[in-house]
Parts: sequence; C-alpha cells; structure tokens
Amino acid sequence: MTDFLHRRRAPAGYALAAVLLFALAPLLLSDFRLGQFARYLCIAIVAVGIALAWGRGGMLVLGQGLFFGVGGYAMAMHMKLADAGPGGLPDFMLLYGTADALPWWWEPFRSPAVALAAVLLLPMGLAAVIGWFVFRRRVRGAYFAILSQALAAAFAILLIGQQATTGGSNGLTDFQGFFGYSLLDPVNRRTVYFVIAATLLALMLLTRQIFHSRYGELLVAVRDAEERVRFLGYDPALVKLAAYVASAGMAGVAGALFVPAVGIISPALIGIVPSIQFVIGAAIGGRASVVGVVLGAIAVAWAQTVLSEEFPSAWTYFQGGLFVVVIAFLPGGIASLWQLATRRRARTEAVTAA
Amino acid sequence: MSIILTQSFTGISIGAVLLLIALGLSLTFGQMGVINMAHGEFIMAGAYTVYLLQGPLSSAGMSLLVALPTAFLVAGAMGVLLEWLLIRRLYARPLDTLLVTWGVSLMLQQLARDLFGAPNVHTEIPGWLSGRVTVIGGDDPLTLTHARLFILALALAAVVALTLALRLTPLGRRIRAVVQHRDLAEASGIATARVDRITFFIGSGLAGLAGVALTLVGPIGPTMGTNVIIDAFLVVVVGGIGQLRGAVIAAFALGVLQAVMEYSTTVSVARVTVLIAIVAFLQWRPQGIYTLRTRSLA
Repeated sequence: MTDFLHRRRAPAGYALAAVLLFALAPLLLSDFRLGQFARYLCIAIVAVGIALAWGRGGMLVLGQGLFFGVGGYAMAMHMKLADAGPGGLPDFMLLYGTADALPWWWEPFRSPAVALAAVLLLPMGLAAVIGWFVFRRRVRGAYFAILSQALAAAFAILLIGQQATTGGSNGLTDFQGFFGYSLLDPVNRRTVYFVIAATLLALMLLTRQIFHSRYGELLVAVRDAEERVRFLGYDPALVKLAAYVASAGMAGVAGALFVPAVGIISPALIGIVPSIQFVIGAAIGGRASVVGVVLGAIAVAWAQTVLSEEFPSAWTYFQGGLFVVVIAFLPGGIASLWQLATRRRARTEAVTAA
Repeated sequence: MSIILTQSFTGISIGAVLLLIALGLSLTFGQMGVINMAHGEFIMAGAYTVYLLQGPLSSAGMSLLVALPTAFLVAGAMGVLLEWLLIRRLYARPLDTLLVTWGVSLMLQQLARDLFGAPNVHTEIPGWLSGRVTVIGGDDPLTLTHARLFILALALAAVVALTLALRLTPLGRRIRAVVQHRDLAEASGIATARVDRITFFIGSGLAGLAGVALTLVGPIGPTMGTNVIIDAFLVVVVGGIGQLRGAVIAAFALGVLQAVMEYSTTVSVARVTVLIAIVAFLQWRPQGIYTLRTRSLA
C-alpha cells in the first residue's frame, strides 16, 4: 500500500495542483485576488527556471530580471503597437513628442507571430551568448552570480536612460487588448489567468522530466564535481549552458505573461532587487525541488502583498530574517522539512520494530 | 588634447571613489573569499556616522576628521558581529553566504529607513574642502574640487597603509599565510578563526571610511549601499583575487573607461559598455588582472 502511494505520489500531487489552480482558485477568489494570484504564478514560473539552473545546476542566477524583462518588454511592445492600430505610434511616444517615427527595432513587434517568437527566442538567445562566453572560460560561483546581477542592473539602467523609445522608468503600461481580446473584460482577464496556470503546470512537468532524465543526472554531477565530469569526457560548459538557456526561456515566458496579467512592465520590476526576490522565493521553498520552489515563490509573493500593505517595515525585517535563517540553517528550504520529518519517522519506526 | 586630459582626470576621481569602496571588499572577498553583500550597508553606516556627528560637533571639518576613525570602528564592529553570528558558519558555502548577507543588508537598509527616514539626508562639506584647484588654466580650464582630491588622497593612503600592514606586521604575515594555505597555517599554530575575524574587522572598517568619503560627493540614503556594491564587486573581480594592486589598477581603469564613455555617449550607455568590456576582459583573463598561482584545476 505505501509502495503504491509512493509511486503514485507525484502524479497525484500534480492532479491536486491542477484542481486547485483550475477549479478552486477561480471559484473562491474574487476577480481582483485572482489577478494578484496570476502575478504570483508568473513569479513561480521564473522560480521553476531557478530550480533548474541553481538548484540542480549550481549556477546562482541573480539576474533573471534581465530575461524576465526582455520577455515582458517584447510582449508589451506588441500590445502597445496593437493598441495603436496599423501605422500608429504608442501613446507614450506621442506624449513625449520626441519620436516622430517608430524606431526600427519596434517595427517587427507589430506582428503577433514575431512577438510570440521573440518572447521565447530573445531571452534564450541572449542567455546562450552570455553563457557561451562565461561558462567556456570557466567563470563560475560568485563571479558568475555577480556578473549576472550586474547584467540585470545594466539592462534596467539602459531602459531608464532611453526614455523616448522605452518609456523610461515609467515603463510600458495602459494596455487595452491582448491579441484582439479586450483586457477590460473580466472574462478575458480570467482567460489570461488560465493561460498562466496551464503554462506553469506544463513547465513544472517538463522540468520534472528534465530532473529525472540522464541530462538531469549529468547536470547534478556538474554541480557537485565539475572536474570529474570533464575527465569523463563531457563538456561541462555545454551542460550548464543548456540549463541556463532553459531557465532564461522560462523567465522570458513569465515576463510575457506578467504583462497582460498585471498591466505593466517597468525597470523597477526587473532590476537588482526583483531579481534577487525571484531567488528568495525559490530558496525558501527549497531550491532543488520543483514543487518546493513554486510553493515558496507563491508564498513569499503572497506574504509580501498581504503583510507589506499593513506593516511595510516589519515585513522587510521578517523577509530578511526568514531568508537568513532558512539559507543559513535549512539550506534545503521548506521542502526539506518534509524529508527530515519522514526520515525521523522512519528511524523511530525502525527503533520500535527492533 | 585638453579633452583627453579632462576626461582622464574625471576618470581618476571616479576611480578613487571606486577604489575606496572596493578596498574593503578586496580584503574580505579577495583574500577570504567571503561575498559580503552587506558591505554596501557598512558603507552606509559610515556615511550616517558623519551625519550623526555633525549634530554634536558643530564644525563640519572637525566632524569629518572625527568621523574617519569613528566610522572605521562602527563599520568594523558591525562586520565582526556579522562574521561571528553568521559568516563563520558558512565558510564552506560561498554562494549561500552571498544570499545570507543580502538578507542582512535588506534588514540594515530598513533599519536605516526607520532610524533616519527614507529620504536622503545631507551633510555640510567643510570649508577647506569646498574650493577647487585649477590644474590647467586657459580657455578650457581643468579644475578639480578639493573634495575629489581629498578622496584620492584618502584612497591612496588607505592602499599604502593596508599594503604596509600586510607586508610588514606580524598580523599581516598571518593574514597572508591564512589566505595562501589555510590548513598549513593552522598546522603552524596560527589561530585562523581569530585571523579571519580581524581581517573582517579591517575590511568592514574600510567600508566605513568609504562611507565617510561618499558624503563629500553625494547624498546619504538607505539605498546608497545598493547603488555602489555592484561596482565595488566588479572592481574586485577585474582586479583578481588576493592582490591589492589588481584592485588599484582595476578601479582606475574602470573609472577612466566610464568617464571617456560618458563623454562620448550617455551615462546609461556608458554603464552598459563598461560592463560589456568587463565580460570581454574576463574572456581574456578569467581570474582577473593578477592571479594567485595555485595548483587547482580551475
């Protein structure tokens, strides 16, 4: 019986998650709260990528905001252009009056197909270029973490500096439609939520498959003993690159879904602080477990909304303190509490049986 | 010609600030391998020390001079406390140290916000630092503010003092021994845990000094540490682990590059270009300008 339960636990868990996401949440939450929940799920999608790159690959990705932002801006640019109509300029460009023609790099985003492709391919391409240069020269550990963080910071600074064509620190906001559907209609907003929930579940399943594949084993081996893997004839740079690119793609998709769900993308959402906050949720939940990072990301984002509204100061102390305690004394995160508990129970059972 | 000269002087004064904020890090990160994200908040603590001392000490010049040793002690004490409470448990997990100290920095920022308020505060600049010197006269004069020269002098003095301390004193010899081979140092009778703590005290104290210097060129606020910490880390990464001269060269090189790029483009484009230059440089020398020769495989 227990063996059966053990084997069926993962599929049963995913079925339960699907019921929660698709049936209970839309039934129980108001439209406003469902919108907020959609936002948490976007952060959870980024966290799934972090579980792959950091939890299993050992690359501390402190700059996921970069890829989140690239995906988000690609989607936002398309939505702005779709709102403006054929040949029109986005409203903020008319407002500043600095650009009389559309910049050339905005032009391709008129096409929905190009925008959708860019959401996935731009972050992945960018990550491939960065990763190729960085991993090939064996830049790793703290060096990699600081470099990736600096890249996210530089991207935010670049966006703020180019106010006339990117909206500057205000970002892109005030969207009317999403691929022809009005975002003012609550039914369509609900559909956006379902798209996000389905994407999250699909990516969780995909990442779980990756973890259990031969590649997943290789990735863990590279994390724990890179030199031994190299001596066995593999190229650790390529193994790490694949995980980094995949996590960048997930962050890009999350950013693109974030835009219709929340209605804004701005440099403040992708700089150093939000980039680290992606990692905080993943770390508190349990960095190497798909379910752990998702629950951690949702819980931290939810607690932030609820507590920071009422006690902004206390929330910061609590978040910082929780983060310090979990990382320092419970590196496996909340997910490892379950294992600790079952192991202890198994030990007591063994003792009583003997 | 004059433009090149002006830009390189601007670059050197940017580099002096970079050097001062990176010097403490090159000791804790460079020598000990501890990535302390709260280093920026130690800088902030140094800056607020000046702000607090200007209340009781009415003279701005006096308070600045008193603030230099006080800020060193305040930031150093914070560093020792952090090392004793958290970091010494995490020496084997460098990436986790990064995250833990970031959590600490989050709390320290909020503490500053609660104690001093979220808006930036300003301090008086002493009279003897508010003038400028004309280096080159003529139609396009090149002038330097006294404050920038003071920062340059302070940075160079700190480098010289630190180098001499590491080279000549028994403590410096112990620090170098621990950096080069921790196990062998311990076997030779050096109390490595104590050396670690003293190194951390000096590194964090230097952050306090940098904070005092920053009050001369910018506002003091709860987020000032976050704004400078990345630059400081990049200086250490480019300079290379374990060598102070690497940090000195890297700080001035990055400062001049930043100044030249800012002159020919905008500030934001300059920042991005400098970063791309750093990534390109790490292609050529992944371990920075100076590397400690080891037999490790990396």
